[in-house]
Parts: sequence; structure tokens; C-alpha cells
Amino acid sequence: MKFENSKIRFDFKIIASWVKPGSKVLALGCGEGDLLYFLKKNNNVQETGIEIKESRVSKCIEKGLSVLQGDINEEVVDYPDNCFDYVILSQTMQQVYTPFKLVMSMLRIGAKSIVSFPNFCHWQIRMQIMLSGYVPKTKELPYEWYDTPNIRLLSIKDFRSFAKKVGFDILKQEAFKYNRDDTDGKIVRFMPNIFATNGIFLIGRKKL
Amino acid sequence: MSEYIEHDGNGVSVGLVEKKYFIFADPPDEMMLESKIQFGPVQIAYETYGRLNEDKDNAVLVLHALTADAHAAGYHNENDAKPGWWEFMIGPGKGIDTKKYFVICSNILGSCMGSTGPSSINPKTKKAYGFDFPVVTIGDMVCAQKMLIDHLGIKRLHSLIGGSVGGMQVLEWCVRYPEMVASAIPLATTTRHSALAIAFNEVARQAIIADPNWNSGNYYSGKKPDLGLAVARMIGHITYLSDESMRVKFGRKLQDKSDFSFNFDADFQVESYLRHQGAKFVERFDANSFLYITRAADYFDLEKQHGKGSIVKAFSKTRAKFLVVSFTSDWLYPTYMSKNIVKALKKNKIDVSFCEIEAKWGHDAFLIPNRRLANLLKGFLESVEK
Repeated sequence: MKFENSKIRFDFKIIASWVKPGSKVLALGCGEGDLLYFLKKNNNVQETGIEIKESRVSKCIEKGLSVLQGDINEEVVDYPDNCFDYVILSQTMQQVYTPFKLVMSMLRIGAKSIVSFPNFCHWQIRMQIMLSGYVPKTKELPYEWYDTPNIRLLSIKDFRSFAKKVGFDILKQEAFKYNRDDTDGKIVRFMPNIFATNGIFLIGRKKL
Repeated sequence: MSEYIEHDGNGVSVGLVEKKYFIFADPPDEMMLESKIQFGPVQIAYETYGRLNEDKDNAVLVLHALTADAHAAGYHNENDAKPGWWEFMIGPGKGIDTKKYFVICSNILGSCMGSTGPSSINPKTKKAYGFDFPVVTIGDMVCAQKMLIDHLGIKRLHSLIGGSVGGMQVLEWCVRYPEMVASAIPLATTTRHSALAIAFNEVARQAIIADPNWNSGNYYSGKKPDLGLAVARMIGHITYLSDESMRVKFGRKLQDKSDFSFNFDADFQVESYLRHQGAKFVERFDANSFLYITRAADYFDLEKQHGKGSIVKAFSKTRAKFLVVSFTSDWLYPTYMSKNIVKALKKNKIDVSFCEIEAKWGHDAFLIPNRRLANLLKGFLESVEK
């Protein structure tokens, strides 16, 4: 993977390497549109984003991105089947109240989906629980138990078993850890559920 | 709406502008109205700002609301006390950048600000039309605008932008002439009036009709129904504000007095304000035009006319890229109405952006200087491909 801008987040680069140029992409919980903007410039995608916060939505539109203000769980309902080539849920799964329902909708409206999330069974998290006795806090999950928006904590293994139970295919997967900052990372192949801080999955409807 | 207009804070303006006129539908080639009445001639007043490029693909048509006019930006002469009604939005480097776009704003059919309406002279009788003027619709207004755009030699509009009744025209354009519209920005609008909106319009119309000077619409040679029109404006004005904006602006403050007068003078500031708005309005607007345009707005029903009752079907022909904007405190055309538009566009796989801007000023928020709105328009307009 080679990108002109080295300031791009490591996970964005992985996603970009999976997305076919010129495809139609929907990003759920797109924030200020950094990923979409990157995919638009780098992969020439036709982008749509959904974001609930007005200030972030307006930042996106000011950048020239097509973004809708709304709740991702409600907004996905309106789209016809197979409306997008990819539906992306980047670092947001941990905040979704009904992940099963949302993933089903994603698989309905997109040919493929991409899901990324922080791995809650990274060894440092395991150690924090063992040694400190407090609910763990990390760079990706920095909140206290009483103010966290992250209500669905999962591991890489959890997601794989979720795929089996729900019945969707994992087409590609990558586990990695960040080095010094977001823009620099390393793919983890050895015992990823212990050594990777994040997982990214490309998923699709089960082939019958 | 003119009460919000201010000179641009940074002195940036399109400068001196000129009102122009386009006349068409001369008999026997009259315009066929939706009511199946042949009507003509029709005069449309319009203004333009910026330059039309060689390819004629940088035109932005601005559609005005109920009582505004073609004078959207700049000044008619150096001593004008106020600029056009969207001065903060239209100009060099502004939300609608006149360095990039050729901006057109025309006065709607049925109005009294230079386009043909009930106060215009009927060439057959040499008298004002009055109530002989046919009932016109939003579709008729858009047809007349299309004639103007054809006359200017423009095949495809880079964008259409309008708030409120102007937003209805934006939507009508998109379904009526889909091949002519590259992008559209309906602001604070709806595909059809709610019963609440029709109700307020009806009360306003009845205020005019109840004025003895109205005389079944024949008042152009005598006294005008100023009282009725002023009350109509007061009612309308309330619906353009919000509980919060009125609380902040007026509260229960008294006007130039420390206690109640124990009579029916304007004790409260809000009373005095509304009376002032009403009185000012009658100087510039015609009562019959108010009746006709509110009627057109009430009749507007995009799903009924273009989708056999289905809003999704109504948008099935449009291919424009959309930016839909609503305002949190707008209770005349609340956000759910904009969301209905967005939903229907999504179902048609149309590229649509939507933002509900936090604003306490009610329905009129799109007329009040708002950096967020200006930035949204700017970013969106630049993202539209030719």
C-alpha cells in the first residue's frame, strides 16, 4: 500500500486497500468525514455518510461530501437492497445498541460490509483487569464506566463467532496494533486476539 | 422578511444591480396554466449577479419565498437604505459565490414586485386584474421561471436554491424539468402544507377578505385593505418566529412604559413589533397577491401531482444531487417534513445530504445571517459536478 499522504490513519489505509476504485460507499457514523474524504480522493468512490451530530455533518458537507444527519440505526432502513458496494462501520460497533439488527441491515443494503473495532481482549486490557481490579481504559476506549458510550465491547474472537451465529461470511480480515500514533501500525498475525489492538473485517452475505 | 436585511458587515457586496424584465406568452401564444386557463402576456422581473460562463453551465437560480422579490442582493442605487433580501448569502466569496456562479433571482408569477400579478394592468380592460387574475400554482410559477431560463440560453442549472415557498419551487423544478437541474438545495420547506400551515394561511386570508376596503378584490382605484393585510402579515410573522426567539427578543417587556395602560394600545413590545411589521408590509405588498400566493402554497402537493400520492414516486424522475436543510426551531415546516423528502430521495438512490441546523429563530432562520448555512451551501455547490 502506498499513499501520498503519510498522515492517513493506519486502519484507513487497510480499508482503502480493500475498496475497489469507483465503488459506491456508505459510511455509518462517519464523524467529520476523514475516512470518506480519503476514500473519495484515493479510491474515487461515490460517497455517502451518516452522522448524528450537526457540527460534524456540516464539516463533512463543507468538505464537499454527501452526508446525512441522522441515527445510523434508523437511516439504514430507507435504502433499497444492494444500494451500495460497501457499507462501512468504522470504530463504531462498540456503540451500537442492536449490533445484530444493524449488521443485517448493512448486509442487505450493501454487497459487502467493512467493520472495524478495538479488540477488548488485547493483553494490556486483560492485565488491567487482573492486576488493577478496575474496568480497563485504553487509548481507544478512554472513558470511565459511568460515562462511556461504548456499550458493546467485543474481541476479534467474539466477532468471528458472531459471524458463525448470525450467518455471514468473513471475506477478509486483518488484525493490527498501532505503533507511535494512528498513522503508523503493524499487522499482527501471531495470536491476534491477544496482541492486536484492533480488528478489521470485510464481510458479505453467506453464499448458499 | 425585509426586517432582517442589513448591509454586509465586511462591506462585501455585488454592488449596484439592475432589475430587468422578460415578457412572454403574448396572445395568441398564451401560457397554459394548471387550472387550464390560457393566460398572457406574462412579465417576469429578474436580477442577475456574476457572469454566465461560455459553456453557460454556472447558473444558480435562487427562488424566493412568499413575499420577497427578485432583488436578492446588492443595491439599486447608491443611496438605498438596504440591500437585497439575501445579501449575506449572495456575493463575491459568499455562500453563493458570484465570482464563480451566475446567480439569477426572479419574482414569482402572481406577486406584485414587478412580475405579472393581480395588481398588474389587464391589457384587455386597461384596469388592474384584481380578482379576474387566474389562480396560479407553484407549478405555473416554475413554468414561467423556465421560460426565463430558456430566454437566457441556459440548458442546465448548476443549482436551484430556495427556502420556504422558494423551496417548494426548487422541488417542483426537480420533478418537472429533471434534465435541467444538476443540483438542488431546498431549505426549510415541505412537499405539501400541513393542516396547521393551511389554517394559518386561511386566517390571514380571512383578515384581508373581512376588510371592507377589499371590495371583492376591486380596490385599486380606491382605498386599499391595509388593515386586513397588516393583520395577515402579523399572523404570518408569528409563524415565522419561535417560542424561544420571541422570548429572547421580547419576553413580556413593555413598550415605552413602566406599567399597563389599562386600554388596548400596544403595551407589550411584541404587540408593538407586530403592528410595526404589519404597517410596514402594506407599503410594499399587495393584498390580492398575498391571497393568490398563499393559495398556491396551500395547493402545492408534490406527491399528489407528480407521484399519484406517493412521495417516493414523485421524485422518481429527478437526477439532481440534493442538499436538504431544516432548522430545529421551525414549527411551520418542521424537520420531519424535510426528513420525508430525504427519505424519498434515498429510496430513489439519489445523492442527498441533509443537515438540521440548530437555530432558535424559527422558520425565518434561513433569512438571518448564519455562517453554518453559508458554509454548507458553499461546500455543496463546489462539490456538484457539471
